[in-house]
Amino acid sequence: MPPKRPKSATSSAGSKGKGKKIPSPTPPEKPDHPEDIFPMVLTSVTQELFGCCADEDVTGESPYKLLKKDDIIQDIKTRAAVSDFSPVKQIVLDYPEEEILLVYDRDFTYDQCFYLVLTPEAKDRLLNPPKPETPGVLENEVIKTPEPKEWISLGSELEIDEESVKETREKLWYKFSRVRRKFGAPACFTDRNTADAKDGYLECASYQDSRFSIKQMQRDCGTQAVPTLQSSSAQTQWKFQRNIFTQYKPRELSEEEAENILQDDSLRNFCNSVPHRVFQALQQEEIMNVFFDDLKALGTGAEAGDWSGKVSEGLMLYQAFTDQKYAKDKKISSISWHPTIYGVIAVALIEKKEERFSESTTSEVRPSLVIFYSFSDPSNPQLLLECPDDIFAFEFCPSDPNIIVGGCMNGQVVLWDISGHVTHLQGTQSSGKKASVNTDTFDLDDNKENKTPVVRYCAVSALESSHKARITDVQWLPPTFEVTRTGLPVENKHNISVQVVTCSPDCAIMFWDVRMPKLLSQSVSDKKQNVDQKTQMSSYSVPDTFKHLDRTWKPLFRVSLPRINTSGEYAPLKFNFEPYTCSGNKDRDTEEADENDDSSKIIPDYSQLRVPSAKTLTTLEDVNTKLYFGTEDGEIGYTDWKLGKDDSGRLHSAKPLSCIGIHHWLVNTVQRSPFLKDIILTTGGWNFAIWKEGIMDGPIILSPSSEQVCTVGCWSLSRPAVFFIGKDDGSIEVWNLLEKTSEPAQVHAHITNAKITSITPWIAAPKQHFLAVTDELGMVRVFEIPKTLYIPSRSEGLSVKKYFELEEERLKDYLKKEELWAKEKKEAEELKKKMDPDKPVKSLKETDDVNMKEHSDYLTLEESILKDMGLWTATADTQDT
Amino acid sequence: MAEVEETLKRIEAHKGVIGTIVVNAEGIPIRTNLDNSTAVQYAGLLRHLTMLARSTVRDIDPQNDLIVLRIRTKKYEIMVAPENGFLLIVIQNPCE
Repeated sequence: MPPKRPKSATSSAGSKGKGKKIPSPTPPEKPDHPEDIFPMVLTSVTQELFGCCADEDVTGESPYKLLKKDDIIQDIKTRAAVSDFSPVKQIVLDYPEEEILLVYDRDFTYDQCFYLVLTPEAKDRLLNPPKPETPGVLENEVIKTPEPKEWISLGSELEIDEESVKETREKLWYKFSRVRRKFGAPACFTDRNTADAKDGYLECASYQDSRFSIKQMQRDCGTQAVPTLQSSSAQTQWKFQRNIFTQYKPRELSEEEAENILQDDSLRNFCNSVPHRVFQALQQEEIMNVFFDDLKALGTGAEAGDWSGKVSEGLMLYQAFTDQKYAKDKKISSISWHPTIYGVIAVALIEKKEERFSESTTSEVRPSLVIFYSFSDPSNPQLLLECPDDIFAFEFCPSDPNIIVGGCMNGQVVLWDISGHVTHLQGTQSSGKKASVNTDTFDLDDNKENKTPVVRYCAVSALESSHKARITDVQWLPPTFEVTRTGLPVENKHNISVQVVTCSPDCAIMFWDVRMPKLLSQSVSDKKQNVDQKTQMSSYSVPDTFKHLDRTWKPLFRVSLPRINTSGEYAPLKFNFEPYTCSGNKDRDTEEADENDDSSKIIPDYSQLRVPSAKTLTTLEDVNTKLYFGTEDGEIGYTDWKLGKDDSGRLHSAKPLSCIGIHHWLVNTVQRSPFLKDIILTTGGWNFAIWKEGIMDGPIILSPSSEQVCTVGCWSLSRPAVFFIGKDDGSIEVWNLLEKTSEPAQVHAHITNAKITSITPWIAAPKQHFLAVTDELGMVRVFEIPKTLYIPSRSEGLSVKKYFELEEERLKDYLKKEELWAKEKKEAEELKKKMDPDKPVKSLKETDDVNMKEHSDYLTLEESILKDMGLWTATADTQDT
Repeated sequence: MAEVEETLKRIEAHKGVIGTIVVNAEGIPIRTNLDNSTAVQYAGLLRHLTMLARSTVRDIDPQNDLIVLRIRTKKYEIMVAPENGFLLIVIQNPCE
């Protein structure tokens, strides 16, 4: 309420004669103040009477005072005309409420000291002003807590009383106890049924009382709707069994009918109306292919969004592993990533040759080891595998990564089982937690944190039936097939890898089976007891998965590689066979396959497996039994491992189908492309070659000779056209066949200072591709392959395939041309030869004639001259007679 | 008769068209440039499909009607145009 200039004419003019009245000489009718307040002056007496002394009870901050109407009326009555309230007497009497608001007007906004609020609405307005305008005014409001009102009974007590349960009489209580002397005596409790004794129980049965009957007026019941179901079945009886068959052929129109229809008007209309839309559709089809997204195919696709500015082009060093204790002065012969555990690499260490000679004088023999490194701990190996001799090649079993097979320097094949330490290896995944992992095994080992666990080999092959030279390559046969004693591929019932192939420069490739051979089971069990007694003292923690093989392991069969044209044999260093993925077996026995899948999740115990008899297994016809091998002399050969029978009935290996000398030194890699099953990369000497299976005449691509020896090569796992070549001077070349074919796409020089001994790629996560590089100094470096090198370009597989086909054509062409040239040359030579024997005959004759002629000419000349000179004497030559 | 022939010839001459078949209301091919057994097979199979497609379209909106049914397969595209009970089937090789 905006304060206005107060008017106080009526109030001051009249009865006021005392005190603090300020007689304002205002003109009478001047409504400056709102209608519903009445400025007035209160004398000090009045103020004291009503308890509203200026600046004492009411102040500027709390100017409101509620006065009781009765009090005002009383005051008016007592003091009549003298009362300050007399001018408002009528208003007060008419005031509907009991309390009137008196406001102390400190600033004299209405010209008087106080003003009275005349209407309840205004009072409300003042006391409870609308909040947004004057929120500060409410300070003085009296907050009333709601007081509990008196309860008014509306008759509900009766019902409550009815419903409540009250005791009608006092509760009775009984106490039972036994005779005192029986306390503490042993008691025997039995069961008793109430029906056992006649008066075992007393029943208060309900009965119909005839004195009164109660009619039930109200009953609660529930209903539920349930669909009426009725099941019924019927079965037909096949009473008359007989074979019926129907054959139908399509209806065709005869000529006249077709003619008739063609003449028909409706067809004409049809032909008038339909083709338009058909042409539209045809033309649309011709213009563009709506299902092909050109824009998407144009761009790089998924990569475009992922690049974050900095893109590295080359291999970035991720981690380097070395170990001072075990890897010092040793070189690494082979490296393999653990197939299932992330970040675990196994590395085989061998002595360097020079060291070997110098160390032969000293008696120190350092044990041969295969070391496991893990990403979480680069300087300490996680696991050590003990070997009888230096290991040149090893491989994890594809169906059970706890089994590892290795080939030794002395020609023996070694098996390890690391299933006891897998948790330790896996435990290294969580960074920093080393000590707390293995609680169940190896509690005897107190200072386990400091010592790396060592696993001894489970089984080693028999010395006399192993290779005679070092084993340079070991591979498991894939779990999809196995071979019999003659090399025939048969189906693999358990779908696990059970056979191993090894090769060695002693000119042999051997096939081994890790299961217990059937025939020898009895003798082996006898031997087992002896062996048990012997080995009990040697080791305590070697798992006996392969106890049946230890020291008695013989190969299944042996493939020899006789030379094609000359006598002697090839000395293979590396080999490669086609990994067979069975496609035909999937259709039949899918249920069996499911069962097998379930069972293969639980990996069958190798010690329980037996070699099945060859007759019970079905032969797999479509397995490619040929393998490529690389020899010591740089030749790449292709042979069939199946043993055939020669004339005397003995099994022998056939001659290799082809063997071509391409590399000029040792072949160190024969690797199949992971994308195209018939493309093989071989490196050796100063160059590398790419072969296509089936083309016997030569490699489809041969690289130019480089200055450094190519020591190892490997395909990239994600890009079909990319492969890596390691060199003698410690550099790695990255070749991309779709970019440049005559030189590497990238050269990373001086990755290490020593010769690179092996390169292995691995895909650890979709965005993490690693390349492990090992060298002669015993160091392992893991590089991260940049995006550019692992994301294949669009349709790279197809392009590479086309490129290889092109090269194949070129090779064929070249060979044809060579043949042609050879033929031509031969013909030319023959031609020349033909001409040469005629010529000397002819020329002899000719020269004879010429000589004769000359001679006769000379004689006539002589004759004529002598006749001229007159010295012509008749000679015997002249013919007078 | 001549119009029919002429129309069909025009269609057959279009780029990529492998074959055309004109089918009557009963599903018997009237005129075709493929061999008889293929034509019969196409006619029989496609007639059912076209009827189903047409009834689908008309179920959704009775004012609507099927104009052309195009089936795009890996190797080619089949176009079926129904009208007046007859069917015109065209098989075209899409150019890539």
